[in-house]
Amino acid sequence: MKILEIKHLSKSFDGLTVLKDISLSVEEGQVIGIIGPSGSGKSTLLRCATMLETMDSGELIYLGEHAVTTGDNGQAVYAPPAKLQEIQRYFGLVFQNFNLFPHFSVIKNITDALITVQKKDKGEALAIGRELLEKMGLADKENAYPYQLSGGQQQRVSIARALALNPKILFFDEPTSALDPELTGEILKVIRQLAAERMTMVIVTHEMSFARDVADHIIFMNDGVIVEEGPPEIVINNPQNERTRAFLKRFEN
Amino acid sequence: MPLSLLIQKLSEGLLVSIAIFTLTLIFSLPLGLLVAFGRMAKNPILRNIVKFYISIMRGTPLMLQLMVVYFGPYYIFGIRLSHGYRFIAAIIGFVLNYAAYFAEIYRGGIESMPLGQYEAAKLLGYSKTQTFFRIILPQVIKRILPAVTNEVITLVKDTSLAFVISVMEMFALAKAIAAAQTNMMPFIVAGVFYYIFNYVVAFASEALEKRFSYYQ
Ligand SMILES: Nc1ncnc2c1ncn2[C@@H]1O[C@H](COP(=O)(O)OP(=O)(O)OP(=O)(O)O)[C@@H](O)[C@H]1O
Ligand SMILES: [Mg+2]
Repeated sequence: MKILEIKHLSKSFDGLTVLKDISLSVEEGQVIGIIGPSGSGKSTLLRCATMLETMDSGELIYLGEHAVTTGDNGQAVYAPPAKLQEIQRYFGLVFQNFNLFPHFSVIKNITDALITVQKKDKGEALAIGRELLEKMGLADKENAYPYQLSGGQQQRVSIARALALNPKILFFDEPTSALDPELTGEILKVIRQLAAERMTMVIVTHEMSFARDVADHIIFMNDGVIVEEGPPEIVINNPQNERTRAFLKRFEN
Repeated sequence: MPLSLLIQKLSEGLLVSIAIFTLTLIFSLPLGLLVAFGRMAKNPILRNIVKFYISIMRGTPLMLQLMVVYFGPYYIFGIRLSHGYRFIAAIIGFVLNYAAYFAEIYRGGIESMPLGQYEAAKLLGYSKTQTFFRIILPQVIKRILPAVTNEVITLVKDTSLAFVISVMEMFALAKAIAAAQTNMMPFIVAGVFYYIFNYVVAFASEALEKRFSYYQ
């Protein structure tokens, strides 16, 4: 089953075209890795897919339901708010800089949306939160506040927070870029574990060996277009495109 | 006049000062939030009207504003208002003035919040109202507490301005008694009372700041 379909997405910021005719689809259980140089539009793509940014044209479809269609004039037409709210539940996003709520304890960061948004009862929300903390190796941090945690621990809380809402697909925008190098491993391990559990994910990353291990499909972006895509053995180990080769050269050492 | 009688008289005035202080805060703290929303509104007409209102409140003396509120209905519309209107006029004047100052503090606090907090909340499905009241406002309150405390301490002292429209608060009384007795004592006692008043305010705000210090 297709979880996500993006068709002919274009996006510009006051005259500057940042994404040009991007199409991609994500099957259930698939892990997509997106790589590419700085400024190539990777974050903008995730922000359009998660509706933090509005696209100019193209289609956005989650589980066969249209969030965005193309109108007669070629412009993107968003579904009514109630529909968008429904579709919003299908996906989650893990930010580069976590964006935890600093005034909430760790457990409240995870359970608050379950209680206030999804109207689950407190006991049930707490059980979900504790199970996820256990899974993230943070069972003892339940009552800590975000400022008391390391970056790696904060990122694990933010992953738990996103997972609590039981999304069909999870996006990651450079989940380890804000971390000290010695802390990236713990996050990559968590994502690997999620991949092993067949969680559908789209991951923007600069960690090439991680992308190669964890992703089934790699997309290389440059200047707002998909230059090359395919299985990691090809795109990363044996790229066909000159630009991809030049980009990957920088990571060899 | 014996000191005890003086203290008793000024205490009556102090009660009026406290009433002005309390009523001003009760109305201007929430009104300030509405004004801040108006100041940040997308609609340019509303935004500019509110901006103009704030600039008038901040750009003219509070004493003059009190006079306008008190004498305005008569001078402009020929409406005669009862004696009791003095106190109401003082409250209206203080509330309008302080709401403008609080609005600017709120706005600064709200605009200092990182966009990521709104984005995280949106991704988790919070509505706009839920995002504001659960995620944004509690953090804004912590950030603006010191600035609000400053205004509140200024308000304690500003209540004395109500004397210009003859509201018998503590300063007006001290002035009247001092003139009648040709003696400094009423001013000294009033000064001590204001100082104690502010001491209590500072203590309360410190306690409040502590309550918000459980996170950074
Ligand atoms: N809100 C915005 N307003 C204007 N331009 C923007 C905005 N957001 C992104 N851009 C521009 O769009 C282009 C793509 O940015 P984007 O953040 O998507 O790149 P990226 O591939 O994620 O880069 P990085 O690897 O550095 O994170 C850049 O040229 C950037 O300057
Ligand atoms: Mg980026």
